[in-house]
Amino acid sequence: MSSESIDHGQQGVASASAHDLHEAHHHHHHEESFISKYVFSQDHKMIAKQFLITGMIWAIIGGLFSVIFRLQLGYPEMTFPFLEDMFGKWAVGGRISNEFYYALVTMHGTILVFFVLTAGLSGTFANFLIPLQIGARDMASPFLNMLSYWFFFLASVIMFASLFIQTGPASGGWTIYPPLSALGQASEGSKLGMDFWLVSMAMFIVSSLLGGLNYITTILNMRTKGMTMTRLPLTIWAIFFTAVLGVLSFPVLLSGAILLLFDRNLGTSFYLSEIVVKGEILPNEGGSAILFQHLFWFLGHPEVYIILMPALGMVSEVMSVNSRKPIFGYLAMVGSLFAIAILAFLVWAHHMFVTGLNPFLGAFFVLLTLLIAVPSAIKVFNWLTTLWRGNLRFTPAMLFAIGFVSLFISGGLTGIFLGNSTLDIHLHDTYFVVAHFHIVMGVASFFGMFAGVYHWFPKMYGRYMNNTMAYIHFWVTFVGAYLIFWPMHYAGLAGMPRRYTDYSNWQSFNMFADMNRFISTVAMIVFAVQLLFVFNFFYSIWKGRKVTTKNPWGSNTLEWTTPIRPGHGNWPGEIPEVHRWPYDYGKDGRDFISQTEPVGEGESHH
Amino acid sequence: MSGYFILAILALAFLVTFQIAKASEYVSVLKGEEKTFQQNNRINAFLFIVFLVLGLIAAWWCNELFYKKTLLAQPAASDHGEKIDTMLWLTIIVTGLVFFLTQILLFWFAFKYQYTEKRKAYYFAHSNKLELIWTVVPAIFLTLLVGLGLFYWFKITGDAPKDSQLVEITGKQFNWMMRYPGKDGVFGRKNYRLTDASNGNALGVDWEDGSSHDDLESTEMHLVVNKPVQLVINAQDVIHDVGLPHFRMKMDAVPGIPTTLWFTPKYTTSKMKEITGNKDFVYEIACDQMCGSGHYSMKGLVIVETQEEFDKWLATQKPQYLTVKAAVAEPTTKPATDTLKTTALPAASKPIAQNIQQ
Repeated sequence: MSSESIDHGQQGVASASAHDLHEAHHHHHHEESFISKYVFSQDHKMIAKQFLITGMIWAIIGGLFSVIFRLQLGYPEMTFPFLEDMFGKWAVGGRISNEFYYALVTMHGTILVFFVLTAGLSGTFANFLIPLQIGARDMASPFLNMLSYWFFFLASVIMFASLFIQTGPASGGWTIYPPLSALGQASEGSKLGMDFWLVSMAMFIVSSLLGGLNYITTILNMRTKGMTMTRLPLTIWAIFFTAVLGVLSFPVLLSGAILLLFDRNLGTSFYLSEIVVKGEILPNEGGSAILFQHLFWFLGHPEVYIILMPALGMVSEVMSVNSRKPIFGYLAMVGSLFAIAILAFLVWAHHMFVTGLNPFLGAFFVLLTLLIAVPSAIKVFNWLTTLWRGNLRFTPAMLFAIGFVSLFISGGLTGIFLGNSTLDIHLHDTYFVVAHFHIVMGVASFFGMFAGVYHWFPKMYGRYMNNTMAYIHFWVTFVGAYLIFWPMHYAGLAGMPRRYTDYSNWQSFNMFADMNRFISTVAMIVFAVQLLFVFNFFYSIWKGRKVTTKNPWGSNTLEWTTPIRPGHGNWPGEIPEVHRWPYDYGKDGRDFISQTEPVGEGESHH
Repeated sequence: MSGYFILAILALAFLVTFQIAKASEYVSVLKGEEKTFQQNNRINAFLFIVFLVLGLIAAWWCNELFYKKTLLAQPAASDHGEKIDTMLWLTIIVTGLVFFLTQILLFWFAFKYQYTEKRKAYYFAHSNKLELIWTVVPAIFLTLLVGLGLFYWFKITGDAPKDSQLVEITGKQFNWMMRYPGKDGVFGRKNYRLTDASNGNALGVDWEDGSSHDDLESTEMHLVVNKPVQLVINAQDVIHDVGLPHFRMKMDAVPGIPTTLWFTPKYTTSKMKEITGNKDFVYEIACDQMCGSGHYSMKGLVIVETQEEFDKWLATQKPQYLTVKAAVAEPTTKPATDTLKTTALPAASKPIAQNIQQ
């Protein structure tokens, strides 16, 4: 395996250096046009930035939606005339209509889960880091890589357009369970908006598959000489497993979505049976609404790991670099990622404990679900040991990495409640679930993403982001995340259901009005601070402090051996050869030893 | 107007933050980057400890504020609910210990091992012994939780006792309809194609089936205390979910696929009023599965009462078949149809109207 990969590596170097000569020869005729450099670029670094910035735009939209529906939840008795100015019939009298509330909730979920934390996170860092960290000039297929972005862009356009159609966008929740999503009679959002949603998602899946296949191929075949699999940085391992998960599970969602399109438009009965909707008796018989849930969650569950795993990898990398210490238990970290990836496929029905699932079958899903806690625990203890006796530098990236671990613990532990079917009966679809997944998948993954952006920004743009704004961003977001989601556990333990626009009419749930107001207020502040981050990002692209050394963080990995602003092809000369693993920090009294440095004679073994 | 004011304040806050941020960058150049780095590092390390301490205090305070509002503060209203509460407490204890241990270590390490020029980081790449410990110990605890969880799970999802009361509950946008099997203890056959709410057959009962003739329909669910009840759960249009927070029970209502759940109510509604000290206490059925724009208002009522009270209520109920037949007997006379609409259909029409107005 390893000799084979070295062979591949050598071929890669050989062909790449031929390419170099070619480029050097034609240099003057090779000025890139604006279009080929910034728009239809095939440079993985530019594609990464396209994913990142598109993701940021979506994050602002998706975040803003949550602020709007939090206005309704926090201040149910108030009116906001500006909402009517902005949204017209959806917010008559300054109050959000029920349809609009559910549309906002649905779009918030869809946008954040798919467009921001899948495309924006994986798309950015897989594209940016894979070639740079494994020592390749670009992806295996730069053209498919470019297509991957443009399919994502197309998906974005369709989803964005669905916000403007007369009956509104999809509004059945991001999980779009039929029959609600299949029947236009049942909900405004299940009319044209739902078709837009499904078509957009189909485009998104194509994008994800093109990207994922490229990532896998590149990691397996294009590592530089000496870069064996066990010398890969943990970021690459995490991205690798993420891509495998995506390639194996997204097609299942595609099939589920296509069957739903058939049920909606062609009169089939895959998911429909014995339905009377608004007094109308439908002819469909023999379908199963539960079938869709199986298809959906067969992607849906791996999807949460698709979101989380790149963050796990980046946090490991950032934490090791800024602790000036090797990541503790490298192989255990890889092993636990592998275990999580395998288990991710075997736990989907834990979302369905109360659908009437056979209890005996449910038992297996309980066992396999709680099994995930073992690799997760290994990761947490390994991070803690990485910090132990380190020499910690609190760069903004490091702050977010530490915050990530805290959130990962908090949100992970509540998973032990929900994965246990006995408790899920009580807690299913309450605010306990909302708190759980927002912390562990939402905010934690965002923290991983922020850690990545702050850490690799100097490599992306040759400048630093402003530290003061970054510190404010971290502390407000970190404190805010806990203030928003910690109290929600209590509402969940009171059985308060999610996805209600108004609780005031419920004897059982109307005692949390104060809490809701508090949460909404904090949510607005946290959202405003995210805008500060966005501002810092764009301001620093042009005006940030310039990077003056190749390796500002004193890091071992290959991306820091490229020029400060690497061109297409990454290394001007030959691709460096790798001689060691990426975590030799503080070894033999040396602060760090780059992967490119040959192992010395008297060097100790780790 | 106040909106613009808030926007203006926001913009101003941004501007101030930005200016400070820029100034601090210049200062760092003047002071020397190394010195600024060390200063920032100390501040952030200190903030981590502050965060830990204030966070623990805030967690305690949050508990003070909200614990009494959760269901943990009152006994579960069903036997299954008691099992679930036991499991819940056990899980809270186990995960709570891990939570405090790991969070305290995390922030304490962050503070303790902050950068100093004096210290060299300790090169410590792996230790099989340590890694084995934190693989095996969590695995043991999880085995415990899984084992006990499944023990309860099979009890809760096991067969209902033979003498259980049967109640059928059907969800539709956006209300619940109940049906009782009557004296024969058997529900009449249903066929969704027969559904005809305007003629008193909102559930699609097949009147040809004789066992349907004594079935009762109701908008409320009446249960007998300490008597097991089995719910047969249906949905007509989209997926709903019978959520019974006080009983700690929940089950989806899926069109075309009937589901069931059973439990034994332990306290009458009036007893629960005493226990909770809330005069207005009622057992509510909350729809727990997103079902459309009125999802938030899809409420049902459960009334748990003594056998006598239940029998008394039962005696006032008239089988739906008789109501419909009475209406059919005089199809042309207008008043009869009106009566039908007001008596036979409260289930279908009244709650909707109420809900929409809310």
